[in-house]
Amino acid sequence: MFQQVPMVEIDGMKLVQTRAILSYIATKYNLYGKDMKERALIDMYAEGVADLGEMIMHLPLCPPDQKDAKTSQIKESITNRYLPAFEKVLKGHGQDYLVGNKLSRADIHLVELLYYVEELDPSLLANFPLLKALKTRVSNLPAVKKFLQPGSQRKPPMDEKNLEEAKKIFRMQ
Amino acid sequence: MAGKPKLHYFNGRGRMEAIRWLLAAAGVEFEEIFIKTPGDLDKLRNEGSLMFQQVPMVEIDGMKLVQTRAILSYIATKYNLYGKDMKERALIDMYAEGVADLGEMIMHLPLCPPDQKDAKTSQIKESITNRYLPAFEKVLKGHGQDYLVGNKLSRADIHLVELLYYVEELDPSLLANFPLLKALKTRVSNLPAVKKFLQPGSQRKPPMDEKNLEEAKKIFRMQ
Repeated sequence: MFQQVPMVEIDGMKLVQTRAILSYIATKYNLYGKDMKERALIDMYAEGVADLGEMIMHLPLCPPDQKDAKTSQIKESITNRYLPAFEKVLKGHGQDYLVGNKLSRADIHLVELLYYVEELDPSLLANFPLLKALKTRVSNLPAVKKFLQPGSQRKPPMDEKNLEEAKKIFRMQ
Repeated sequence: MAGKPKLHYFNGRGRMEAIRWLLAAAGVEFEEIFIKTPGDLDKLRNEGSLMFQQVPMVEIDGMKLVQTRAILSYIATKYNLYGKDMKERALIDMYAEGVADLGEMIMHLPLCPPDQKDAKTSQIKESITNRYLPAFEKVLKGHGQDYLVGNKLSRADIHLVELLYYVEELDPSLLANFPLLKALKTRVSNLPAVKKFLQPGSQRKPPMDEKNLEEAKKIFRMQ
């Protein structure tokens, strides 16, 4: 619709816009809470994950002279802003999942992010026991466990070659 | 009984304006608590009211919601502006996200360094004319209905019409070749709740001026 990807063909629609696609899938497969208040919490958490995810995603595109500063900034916000916020949610209700004592998209988005945080610097997760437990719990769900194994459709971190290829496709300088 | 929603933000459009538009269009009265100094923002942070230490924050139905999209989705659902089923919601989300992408570019324009501003403005005008407006005009042309989704007012129409006002502020000629979008803008503007919001004295915020921008930079501790 807007000349951009991602695009997902699903149920007769050609959906673009990542959030529209994610929300549709979450609704369809009951990963979006039981009512509008749970959905609001899930959205709030998912958006926080998306904000941090966006920063991490753009890091490879950062000019080399700014990269160290940017990386420090991101690590600082991971440690002082984002991980504490999510640890606090889990501590607050003491349940296994972020919302409604049931797996939702919020848990999946967060655990995905925790893998990227770990790739950036494993020590960042050190002081967040409940997040580590969530990561383990979700990773052990059969479908997720399968996805985490080699040979799945999960993609590796971007390397130099990958980055050049993307820049070419998307006509970036 | 729940009181009015309370909006916490500075006295300017920024990321809260879409929320103001949606509440207004839904006919919902709301209160605003303006952040005027860095100290005001610190207070909200220190009292634990901001999950990610950021605003917008809206107190509604016993929740302190942050993240613009979470707030908008909750309001849209509550006031039946989110379509009738998941497929309509998907279309609404797709359209709303396209509006948000363009809205983000326009919002950041005042923050652009002066030497880059002309180039950036051209780029935005080009994407308005060649990417975004044609996409939405095509949707309306395709079904010939009065509203973007399901022949009924939804958040998608409100977000788009708000954006069309900003496009018009940027350059009125940009809307010239989009008759269906112009008609939508008129139609939605004439809805009683929207008409009221468009009048002087409402909670609608004006474009950012130099003073407003400096105030925002100070509050949010931007260079």
